[in-house]
Amino acid sequence: MSMIFGVPLAVLSGQLLIGIINGAFYALLSLGLAVIFGLLKIINFAHGAMYMLGALTTVLMFDYLGVNYWVALLLAPLLVGAFGVAIEYFLLRRIAGQDHIYSLLLTFGVALIISGVLVNWFGVSGLRYTMPDMFKGGVNLGFMFMPYYRAWVIVAALVVCFATWFVIEKTKLGAYLRAGTEDSQLMQGFGINVPLLISLTYGFGVALAAFAGVLAAPIYSVTPVMGSATLITVFAVVVIGGMGSIGGAIITGILMGVIEGLTKTFYPPASSAIIFLVMVLVLMFRPSGLFGKEA
Amino acid sequence: MTMMKKLLTSAVASAMMVGGAQAAISNDTVKIGYLADMSGTYRDLAGPNGLKALEMAIADFGGQVNGAKIEVVSADDRNSPDTSSSTVRRWVENEDVDLVAGMVASSVSIAVSKILEEHDRLGIISGSAASSITNEHCTPNHIHYVYDTYPLANGTASAVVKEGGKTWYMLTADYAFGHALEGDVTRVVEANGGEIIGSVRHPFPTQDFSSFILQAQASGADVIGLANAGADTTNAITTASEFGVTQSGQTLAALLLFLTDVHALGAQTAQGIQLTTGWYWDMNDETREWSDRFMEETGVRPTMVHAGIYSSAMQYLKAVEATGSDDAQTVRKQMMDTPINDMFAKNGKIRVDGRMVHDMYLAEVKTPAESKNEWDLYKILRTIPAEESYRPLSESKCKLVNN
Repeated sequence: MSMIFGVPLAVLSGQLLIGIINGAFYALLSLGLAVIFGLLKIINFAHGAMYMLGALTTVLMFDYLGVNYWVALLLAPLLVGAFGVAIEYFLLRRIAGQDHIYSLLLTFGVALIISGVLVNWFGVSGLRYTMPDMFKGGVNLGFMFMPYYRAWVIVAALVVCFATWFVIEKTKLGAYLRAGTEDSQLMQGFGINVPLLISLTYGFGVALAAFAGVLAAPIYSVTPVMGSATLITVFAVVVIGGMGSIGGAIITGILMGVIEGLTKTFYPPASSAIIFLVMVLVLMFRPSGLFGKEA
Repeated sequence: MTMMKKLLTSAVASAMMVGGAQAAISNDTVKIGYLADMSGTYRDLAGPNGLKALEMAIADFGGQVNGAKIEVVSADDRNSPDTSSSTVRRWVENEDVDLVAGMVASSVSIAVSKILEEHDRLGIISGSAASSITNEHCTPNHIHYVYDTYPLANGTASAVVKEGGKTWYMLTADYAFGHALEGDVTRVVEANGGEIIGSVRHPFPTQDFSSFILQAQASGADVIGLANAGADTTNAITTASEFGVTQSGQTLAALLLFLTDVHALGAQTAQGIQLTTGWYWDMNDETREWSDRFMEETGVRPTMVHAGIYSSAMQYLKAVEATGSDDAQTVRKQMMDTPINDMFAKNGKIRVDGRMVHDMYLAEVKTPAESKNEWDLYKILRTIPAEESYRPLSESKCKLVNN
């Protein structure tokens, strides 16, 4: 068997693929953050909590209402997105225009409250969610066993990422969005309801996190604290990609998944730190991120 | 001056010992500090329900001992040795706490026991796993009550090797507890003619195990040993089943699983997994009766840690009652001299190194067909006698043992 740095090629190919799958998660999560920061200049520390809410809603809707996976895939992001709109309307709006640190602290507080309350109800051991039958099993690729569900994760995440990028960067609606946040008074003069646009944008960013949560529900244990660790990593991804860069967030997400996967193969103890190491290097040599506009 | 003071204090103390112990419950209060993870990864195995178990013991004791009232304070250890150290320092220095109970993360227990030794107070550790707590980290001021990594390895690993699992690949949580467990497993596997052919140390906590499971699969080992705990273990097991580990002929051995973990996984995913436990709620009438009371209070079935917290608090209070003292050394000696016979253990014995040795159990998770309700999860395969379970004193590195 051919070897690369003492690791069989087959193992390496498997790890690359796994890296892309995890990267798809990172892409989806960092995309939501980038949308919210890029358009609204809000540093959304409640993003991890929204990811968790997406997963939790999926489990609860199934347990109590029998809502299946496909419906949840649509319904959970909608519900969590609506919750996000409420947060924007009742809380974030009041500190609009203030320094970034205010939105950071506010959303961080919201996240702590949400997960604290839910821990009291659901504990931390994790709730069970059964994999939909059609995704059970997998296919042997020769170099690894590929569960069907993981393949679906890549497809779903990439489609949603591309669609989001396309809407924001290439359509008229996206142009309104970008213009509305750039100069809201002028846009209001054109008859655009900018406050609504802002609420919906925040709701949409949050819904992306919830969508990632639904994708995660069948494969990770769903607990009220599942979002907190993920959040920090995803923030690092956004910083590496360039705060606010939509395309940058997607590409960096996948790239970081792969780099982390390779680290897990060659030197596992560093795997939780590698993304932050990359972040430090990027900040030193390209402070506005790989895809950010130079300030 | 301080020397003089010390002499005086000890003179007074010995005078009190001689004069009769009745007067020796400080402030006429026995104060117990409950320290555990109340909100993080290890919340469910001890946490708020462990506090309930402690309060049950105090209520069963009548709320007072020898006329002195029993008080409880509690704190979240946040799985942090630093936070816990400052909490316990405040408890013993300013709030006259006599006993610290609970304690989950091994790193927390090791840090806290040093402070207890410094101030000569007592600690009873019910949640922690590392066997080093009563080995190189032993102190005359703490007792390790429920289980440790030594019997976990002895029970599960030797059973799996004897069933033909000769080659092992270890997935180990990269901190004190994981390393201790991996060490104990390696010893047992090799002693039984098996071999560790590879291992990977994963960060704590890890959500995605697919990469590590893939490496374990590629190793071709008979057994994938999980030397981790809580969400790490349940995530690893879920991922292993997703990636078809068992279909391809490999066995999973989870070295530390709590009832709450198995409950979270469910019988469908966890069926057939063998594990070692210090106690199970559905073993006999005595355990069931206590568990029913616990469930009325909390809505869930108790883990071995919950039961251990109740049992150890009862033993402690009985010792305070018998000696009429809340002095750490007096109580600890009384506890060592009294065998433990209750719903938790039969003929349990606290050794000089602070280890409470009692029978352990090798269990297997039931299949969905066998499991009658959501908490009906274990079949007990074998009772591992106390003397076989724990590290013998002859191998101890504890400073209190003369080897």
